[in-house]
Amino acid sequence: MGKHNYTTQDFKSDQEVKWCPGCGDHAILNSVYRALPDVSEALDYSKERFVFISGIGCSSRFPYYMDTYGFHGIHGRASAISTGAKVANPELSIWQITGDGDALAIGGNHFIHAVRRNIDINIILFNNEIYGLTKGQYSPTSKLGSKTVTSPYGTVEQPFNPGELIIGAKGTFFARSIDMDVKLTAEVLVEAAKHDGTAVVVVQQNCVIFNDNTHSLITEKEHRPDRTIVLRHGEKMLFGKNKEKGLIMVGNHLKVVTIGEDGITLDDILVHDAKNPNPGVHMMLTNMAYPEFPFALGVIRAVKYATYDDNVRDQLLEVQTGSKIKCMDDLLHSGDTYEIK
Amino acid sequence: MDKQKHVLEVDEVSIRFSGDSGDGMQLSGTLFSDASALFGNGVSTFPDYPAEIRAPQGTVGGVSGFQLQIGNRKMYTPGDDCDVLVAMNPAALKANAKWLKPGATIIVDSDTFNEKGLQRAKFKTDDPVTELKLQDFNIVWAPITSLTKESLIETELDNKSILRSKNMFALGMVYYMFDRPLNFTEHYYEVKFKTRPRIVEANKKVLRDGYNYAGNIDSIPNTYKIPASTTTKKGIYRNINGNVATAWGLIAAAEKAKLPLFCGSYPITPATDILIELAKHKELDVKTLQAEDEIAGICTSIGASFAGNFAVTTTSGPGLSLKSEALGLAVMTELPLVVVNVQRGGPSTGLPTKTEQSDLFQALYGRNGECPLVVVAASTPSNCFDWAFNASKIALEHMTPVILLTDGYIANGTEPWAIPSMKDYPEIKPPLVPDGATDYLPYERDSEKLARRWAIPGQKGLEHRLGGLEKDFVKGSVSHDPINHQKMTDVRAAKVAKVQDFIPEQEVIGDAEGDLLVVSWGGTYGHTLTAVNSLQKEGKKVSLCHLHYINPLPKNIKDIFKRFKNIIVCELNMGQMANYLRMNHQEFNYLQFNKVQGLPFTVTELKGRFNQILEGK
Repeated sequence: MGKHNYTTQDFKSDQEVKWCPGCGDHAILNSVYRALPDVSEALDYSKERFVFISGIGCSSRFPYYMDTYGFHGIHGRASAISTGAKVANPELSIWQITGDGDALAIGGNHFIHAVRRNIDINIILFNNEIYGLTKGQYSPTSKLGSKTVTSPYGTVEQPFNPGELIIGAKGTFFARSIDMDVKLTAEVLVEAAKHDGTAVVVVQQNCVIFNDNTHSLITEKEHRPDRTIVLRHGEKMLFGKNKEKGLIMVGNHLKVVTIGEDGITLDDILVHDAKNPNPGVHMMLTNMAYPEFPFALGVIRAVKYATYDDNVRDQLLEVQTGSKIKCMDDLLHSGDTYEIK
Repeated sequence: MDKQKHVLEVDEVSIRFSGDSGDGMQLSGTLFSDASALFGNGVSTFPDYPAEIRAPQGTVGGVSGFQLQIGNRKMYTPGDDCDVLVAMNPAALKANAKWLKPGATIIVDSDTFNEKGLQRAKFKTDDPVTELKLQDFNIVWAPITSLTKESLIETELDNKSILRSKNMFALGMVYYMFDRPLNFTEHYYEVKFKTRPRIVEANKKVLRDGYNYAGNIDSIPNTYKIPASTTTKKGIYRNINGNVATAWGLIAAAEKAKLPLFCGSYPITPATDILIELAKHKELDVKTLQAEDEIAGICTSIGASFAGNFAVTTTSGPGLSLKSEALGLAVMTELPLVVVNVQRGGPSTGLPTKTEQSDLFQALYGRNGECPLVVVAASTPSNCFDWAFNASKIALEHMTPVILLTDGYIANGTEPWAIPSMKDYPEIKPPLVPDGATDYLPYERDSEKLARRWAIPGQKGLEHRLGGLEKDFVKGSVSHDPINHQKMTDVRAAKVAKVQDFIPEQEVIGDAEGDLLVVSWGGTYGHTLTAVNSLQKEGKKVSLCHLHYINPLPKNIKDIFKRFKNIIVCELNMGQMANYLRMNHQEFNYLQFNKVQGLPFTVTELKGRFNQILEGK
């Protein structure tokens, strides 16, 4: 028996879920419902400490479907709102819900600075490579050449790889999942919650209306074992239906190998070290793309580093302990004053 | 020193220190005003500095000025033109020649009036006096640079440090002219340079040498005596500028509300000093977050307000533009938030270091949708404390964003301030939901204020969702219903209008009826008051109605306006308050007096215009 014993039902609000039928958001919502009871037990959080904060976009309707505290902000600003809420009230467990347009286009600045500050919030970035709520314009993660209503002849700009941006912004935690894999998403969400600092979970999510099948090359169930690799700290980097394939390092490059071929044995396969502060291998794993490589899922990076909110708290305590000024009247009379008699 | 000089007793005197922006003129001015306040004079100051940190040396664009007025009573303005001008180089003389009273004394550093100096200041001839038509002024040609070097020749200070002290030589000269005691300034050196005794001694020596030099030269024929004010109330005082007073008012409000203060902000001239001041006071549970941009400044504050802190953000005009959308979010989510806008010259980047009042419409209307919020304005450096406090009290008790307007003039201007006692300030009681409440509906309102109640994340059983989408009138959930939107629009407006029931009536300075009512608001108070007082002394039927509460206006505005034959609205913009009053009280005829030069009004120009109206012109 746990301490709180919440069930998924405890986190469902009475609001009707209004995403399109078949939208990947439904699956992510289910992953969150599934993860929160486990988070509660693992970290001893009672329900009222959870806060869901979002920006604008399809994914940003999320807080309405949670029976927790919630805040539906404005386009791109969820990272800033979350930052303020966490610094003001460090006891809260903040979950920011955002999309590729919200976090990486209009909110790009706030996003990278939240990551850089390493403020202890969890960010779930729904990456469908399209603007859904405004009906199908290309986003900062749309593949080069994507034909959309605002790029009828194909896009001419390089997309972001969100993971690369997160690691580049000094991110301490980056995980990746796919919408259909509710179990894996729930697993990395619990890991994100346990991480002290900004934890970003990018979920490859399908927009059934405007960008259907954008991730299908890797997400189709029959191909998934061969085209994705689930990374877990301390475990061998293996994939394939029978875990017969793996990753090795050749010089400065990753390489896919098959155990038993070319003299490769299990011992040759790399062990995933998510806690390595050096982001080199994490960056390589993040950048792996099908067909040359399997697409990396799971917790790719989880490095311990001081958090912004802890530093704020420590500084407050330190200054308060050493100061003679205890109230406003003290401040008013501090420094240069003089008396008129 | 032994020469007997004539002593003139005067009621007030205005002095302007000017030099290169690295010459330390702001410090000289500040030290002089501090010494005068300590002596018991009324003091008002106004720094006038360029936007560039170090513009090319010796150029007119790089001139930094500091004007102050001291008097035998409370001073409300730094004076229009000055009685004494200190000009540390030709550029300073050129830039400030227009601010001289007839017969004024000009102290110049004659060492800088060489070919190079004149060229840099772009004089066309080698005779700046004739070129600037200064023949009728008393010019004291003092070789300040070489005398400073001579004064410190025996010290081991390097040349750069020695030259940096020349502002103290000039200050010493002015101290002599105005019979100021040196001890307060000497004490300042001792504190400021605690670890560098040689610098302390050097500054003291230069100050005294300047003082003695002024006593020995014939070109300073007389000194001035400005008696201490007899009307100043007894008590403990400090000199304070508007930005520090604003910061302290916010901290005071947080203390009275028993909430931690959170300020998310982005540096912007001339508002940055509020953030700088707040960042110092972690001992009073103040959290400051220097955000990545203006939008994050307000959005972190909105997040902090949602999470239960008393949240504020500070900015100036261009920053307020960036905050517009988020202000709408604060209006929609009905969270307490104070936004301080220290106005500067606009539009766009405009005149960052100069003063203006041209953000009034932006504060009132600069958002999408029907988006009312409360707007108040401070009027003097020290009362920024009270208005920051009042703005906070309204925000917290009425659950609304409040914009507090100050401006570059009062933000940087200083005046003596009788230190208040916090026991004289009211409690602030935000409508927090008690723990254990079971019937919480986030948009349910009280009948008096129409404010919703504030439940803080972390409180058990009060889980709710806020956001920028329209809310159901009762439940607070998302609603797209047409009639509901009308009701919510109405109630948001009514909530702001209801603030009128909780603010005092507008006061009139002078008779309640007369020939002319001067209407002003914000930082122009010192000038309009001085002009009106002066005309009242001449027996003219002029009164002043200076506004602090702007939206909503006090209830009795109409009763005041109807008792005057003429109304003139004076403001440092092209007529925004006048038009606002026309919208709210259209039955009156409003004359206007407007100025957008990046400068405060002068008392002279105000009196000139008021006299014209009184004479029927």
